[in-house]
Amino acid sequence: MNIIKVYGSGCANCKKLEQMCYNALQELQIDASVEKVTDLKEIMKTGILSTPGLEINGKMISSGKLPTKSTLVHWIQDNIH
Amino acid sequence: MKNKYFLPLIFLPLWLLLYLNLNSISDYLTYSILGLEKGGHLSNAIWFFIYEVPKVLLLLTLIVFVVGIIRSYFSPERTRKMLGGKKLFTGNVMASLLGVVTPFCSCSAIPLFLGFVQSGVPLGVTFSFLIAAPMINEVALVLLFGLFGWKTALLYASTGLLIAIISGYVIGRLKLEYYVEEWVYQTTSKKQNIIEEKIPFLERIDAGISAVKEIVAKVWIYIVIGIAVGAGIHGYVPENFMAALMGKSAWWAVPLSVLIGIPMYSNAAGIIPIVQALLEKGASLGTVLAFMMSVIGLSLPETIILKKVLKIQLIGIFIGIVGVGIIIVGYLFNLIFA
Repeated sequence: MNIIKVYGSGCANCKKLEQMCYNALQELQIDASVEKVTDLKEIMKTGILSTPGLEINGKMISSGKLPTKSTLVHWIQDNIH
Repeated sequence: MKNKYFLPLIFLPLWLLLYLNLNSISDYLTYSILGLEKGGHLSNAIWFFIYEVPKVLLLLTLIVFVVGIIRSYFSPERTRKMLGGKKLFTGNVMASLLGVVTPFCSCSAIPLFLGFVQSGVPLGVTFSFLIAAPMINEVALVLLFGLFGWKTALLYASTGLLIAIISGYVIGRLKLEYYVEEWVYQTTSKKQNIIEEKIPFLERIDAGISAVKEIVAKVWIYIVIGIAVGAGIHGYVPENFMAALMGKSAWWAVPLSVLIGIPMYSNAAGIIPIVQALLEKGASLGTVLAFMMSVIGLSLPETIILKKVLKIQLIGIFIGIVGVGIIIVGYLFNLIFA
């Protein structure tokens, strides 16, 4: 089961990233769950210093920036089973 | 995809052309096209508006672009590494400087604060960063430079840094770690090693362009509204009207402005045109800049966010120290510019 997690506590970019993930998955026709993590302690545990944080199948891919659609698609393709 | 990198190249000469001719363009539009009488209230207000909006937007675009490129060389992770293990005062100085250049959005204040504190960056040093980052932002500096000249911009930047350094240092010396929520020190985080790739310069230009799109898009409406208000004040409020309220002789003006400014939050773009109009009407520079610093640097939304990780006493001390720092700066400016 592919798991994508978006870490962020409510800022506009975090919401956007979540939406972008949904869109990308639909386009790629990949089966994965997208989970939005807003709990501060959980975010803190990952060690990222800026939100949003993007984690695919346990690996933190990026933090603090909104990738372009094509970059996001690459990241997903590179990291899903 | 490569063609967009030529945009900056065409953009720059066009920019210069427009910028250097703003005066004549404003004259032409106000007096010839709109046919307004020179010297009237309405024509003054409109001239001001027509002149300032493109000027400020042009400056903003250029600087945001350049700063976007500079920022691509920095990241919170790199900053944290640089700050680890520095002695207290050096750390405060570095943190303040880095606060200016590290990309920072206020929504990331908490993860950043947590990450810094957790990995051993002293509390005071972290605060220096958090004070400098929102207060000394390129939008504020550009606008100050564009509207008041480089001396004012430089003064704002240097006193802002001083406030960040000293406040952070004082907070560090007061040993206030007790007032950070316990769970911050108790939770352990993974060491995040997101591999920092070498970014080719062309991609940095990209960063500049996206910064422009993102920031100018977010901020232009405030600029237009702010300048419109400024234009109104410029055209209609009599000279020296503000002198009574915010002029030098009113010693209480500085602390009062800062107190009013603390709960207010505006981004720099919105407040500066108003600042300019106030200045023109006799408010003294120190009072007005102090007001601006407290509006931009201390914000109610930010403190509400910080409440999650800091106990109320620390928040109070934080606001108090920075507030006092700003008030001192306000008085200093008024003295210097007497």
